[in-house]
Amino acid sequence: MERPLTKHISFRRPSLALEEYERTGGYAAVRKALKQLTPEDIQQQVLASTLKGRGGAGFSTGTKWGLIPMGADAPHPKYLIANADEMEPGTFKDRLLLEGNPHQLIEGMILSAYAIQADIAYIFLRWAYRKAAVLLQQSIEEAYGAGYLGKHILGGSWSLEMHLHTGVGRYMCGEETALLNALEGKRATPRAKPPFPQLSGLFGKPTIVNNVETLCCIPHIVNNGADWFKSLSRCAEGGTKLYGVSGKVNHPGCWELPMGTTIRELLHHAGGMKNGHRLKGLLPGGASTDFLTEQHLDTPLDYTSVAAAGSRLGTGTIIVLDDATCPVGFVHNLQHFFAQESCGWCTPCREGLPWVEKTLLSIERGEATPEDIELLRMHTHMLGPGHTFCALAPGAMEPLQSALHYFMDDFERHLTEKKCPYANHLHR
Amino acid sequence: MLSDAEITAINHEISLVPHKKAAVIEALKVILQHRHWVSDECVESVAELLEMSPAEVDSVASFYNLIFRKPVGRHVIHLCDSISCYVMGYEELYQALQQMLDIRFGETDTDGRFTLLPNCCLGCCDHAPALMIDEDLYQDVKPGQLKRMLKKYS
Repeated sequence: MERPLTKHISFRRPSLALEEYERTGGYAAVRKALKQLTPEDIQQQVLASTLKGRGGAGFSTGTKWGLIPMGADAPHPKYLIANADEMEPGTFKDRLLLEGNPHQLIEGMILSAYAIQADIAYIFLRWAYRKAAVLLQQSIEEAYGAGYLGKHILGGSWSLEMHLHTGVGRYMCGEETALLNALEGKRATPRAKPPFPQLSGLFGKPTIVNNVETLCCIPHIVNNGADWFKSLSRCAEGGTKLYGVSGKVNHPGCWELPMGTTIRELLHHAGGMKNGHRLKGLLPGGASTDFLTEQHLDTPLDYTSVAAAGSRLGTGTIIVLDDATCPVGFVHNLQHFFAQESCGWCTPCREGLPWVEKTLLSIERGEATPEDIELLRMHTHMLGPGHTFCALAPGAMEPLQSALHYFMDDFERHLTEKKCPYANHLHR
Repeated sequence: MLSDAEITAINHEISLVPHKKAAVIEALKVILQHRHWVSDECVESVAELLEMSPAEVDSVASFYNLIFRKPVGRHVIHLCDSISCYVMGYEELYQALQQMLDIRFGETDTDGRFTLLPNCCLGCCDHAPALMIDEDLYQDVKPGQLKRMLKKYS
């Protein structure tokens, strides 16, 4: 089984410096691309590879790139941005790539920037990834030193500048238009679309924003071709995927596996449930995905199959809900996060999420009535798709609506027993 | 009043962006590096340098979690309170820290040594519960380890 993205990642030694990375075949794709391939060739290859964006939305990368103006009349500077603001609760896959092999990301960015003929590239990194910040800064400098970045790359006519930007902490910065506002020094509120960033992005110029894992796939696609990339997968969506598991399992962690690996197999990699615990449910791809349960264990973890099961692949990092953890408390924790991180730009999200959070807290404390359950149900509609400016609140409603579906008996026990039936939670 | 070093650093940030306003977050980060928090006077000074109104600067300063508009202790403890750390028991760490330092989230202890803050998912969910003290990351933390951990910070 091939693991192109993580093959050279080992935490028993430091991440690869430039020369070591080159010895493993690193920057061969940049040399190949700049000498033999046109930007359009790479765009076509990526489109044919069926690569879908790994940040959570799962949109075709080739299609996204295809909307950027090309040719002599295209406005400049054009920008390429790596979204390394990994902040979806329960998600820790990009950290592995950033700390484990920073040159792979930089090479993927150079190739992607070449494909869209960008002039300037940014890595938007969250503040908490201190180790990654140091490694990326070193690696960018190494890449400049070797002529992979800067003016006239490898002696050709194309030039690219790359900068590392560390954020100051807001979940909203992960939303691509809010990220652009943050990079422009503004509040990270989302922008209206259209115009899409491909036409009017950073400082009003054509911009592509891609997730770290997405960009790390590009060198391998350029080296080995679209058919090879598709062959890595078990389904119609090409490539491998970085999957993760956290919660009360024996070996929480992150693994690169073929796209379409089932939930059951992934939980097996995590060593199964910790002694004495039973699986009650799971979020397949971060905090803003619907719960799945034991009946879904054979669902392949690809975008189409997880959607068919009633959830979303999201970031592909599973959070396990065990039978000793209160589902109401679990969902309250999620809604606390979303209410706090709402940017306040649109009223339903700004006002609705704190209302949901307070309602869940009163249920958890045994102080609620059946009307409160109806209130939550109402919010799952009123904060759902089409009612808010961006996807934050609809995402927040996904675990809530599915919790109300799968764990209703737990909600009802809180009402009838007038307390949380699960012991051991401390400060509520 | 900003120091010469601060003004030089902010002017450098201005030189990197297409227009002055775009440097506001970086300018506030410069202030944080030098003073650890951003006072009203600093907001006004930054506004003057960037040709913005103080309210515009504050709208950005007050938006981001890591731009502190109140004084903080010599060290900041960022305790992850997101979902994986919730499942793995961050609340026990919170309770232990409250007892040791006699402060709750958002507060600074009496000798100005530590400020305790909740933090959104630190991205080490496979080693939950996790916390950061300043720029140091601690994973798989147990309440019994906290006392020794804090000793390193004076």
